[in-house]
Amino acid sequence: MNLSGASAPALPELASVPWRERTDARWLARYGRWWRVSTALYTLPLAVGSVGMVVLEPVTIPVALATAAHAWMIPELYAFRGASVVRPKGLPGGSAPYTRPAAGTPPNTAEAVAQGLLGDLLDHDARERQRATGLALEPGELGTWLVGEAGALLIAPGGRRVHCFCVRVPDPELPPSDRTAHLLLALRTDEEGFATVANHAFCGAPWRVRRRLPKPMRPALDAARQQARSPRSGDCAA
Amino acid sequence: MARLIRMDATGHSTLAEWATQDDAAFEAALDEFRTQLDLGYIGTVPEGPGKASQVRELPREADLVILRRPIAGG
Repeated sequence: MNLSGASAPALPELASVPWRERTDARWLARYGRWWRVSTALYTLPLAVGSVGMVVLEPVTIPVALATAAHAWMIPELYAFRGASVVRPKGLPGGSAPYTRPAAGTPPNTAEAVAQGLLGDLLDHDARERQRATGLALEPGELGTWLVGEAGALLIAPGGRRVHCFCVRVPDPELPPSDRTAHLLLALRTDEEGFATVANHAFCGAPWRVRRRLPKPMRPALDAARQQARSPRSGDCAA
Repeated sequence: MARLIRMDATGHSTLAEWATQDDAAFEAALDEFRTQLDLGYIGTVPEGPGKASQVRELPREADLVILRRPIAGG
């Protein structure tokens, strides 16, 4: 469709982050490498130190175990932060996390309306998956996206790395599906711009993030990884 | 019938509807669209799977125009 009022594919929200370099495939690959190096820098000394302690002085085993646990836990905490970007945030005005209504229960009206609009934006498979997992699967040029209420996961082509982005609509009154639809429309308008506006929370192996996701969301990550492994996915593998 | 909708606390609200040949309805929709832009909303036209366009003027030929809030890094 050739729209008379259409503007260049750049998100207007980019004006709020003029200092940021545009997040393209090259940027993501570079950032992934940096993340891997930084992870090695803070885990290897702890891991090597724990082994060294045992070798040099076996009586230090308890301390060595604690040190090794730190080497394991720090990346896990980062992965937890990454997975948290797509955790359900709850209905407006309520503190309880939103859960999909069980069959036969009357849904929250605003959320039901929003769910209908979001469903119209997705194809059949993506709609069913979104309703079951809370995440909308969206193929892109940078990889395969999973869009939630207040964040998105980008599975890089090949499926061996996931980038976690924290991004939201600063309107607490919106129902959860509207928040997802906001992010989805922004992503479809300008994928690189969307990734630039979003805050990068984590980059690493998908299995680390998967362990920290709520169980109902995990099939969405599995499907996205499968899609990211297919040849049709983008070509920004790091 | 084309629709101008706004995502809001009710899920979404239909602000205007128009047919391509109905100038009066389109003008009313145009006024509403500009008012919403002044309030900080962003006009977006879904264009099928995986595509959407931002619009600064209401496209008469679009089937659906969605007004959304700006996003921000969390």
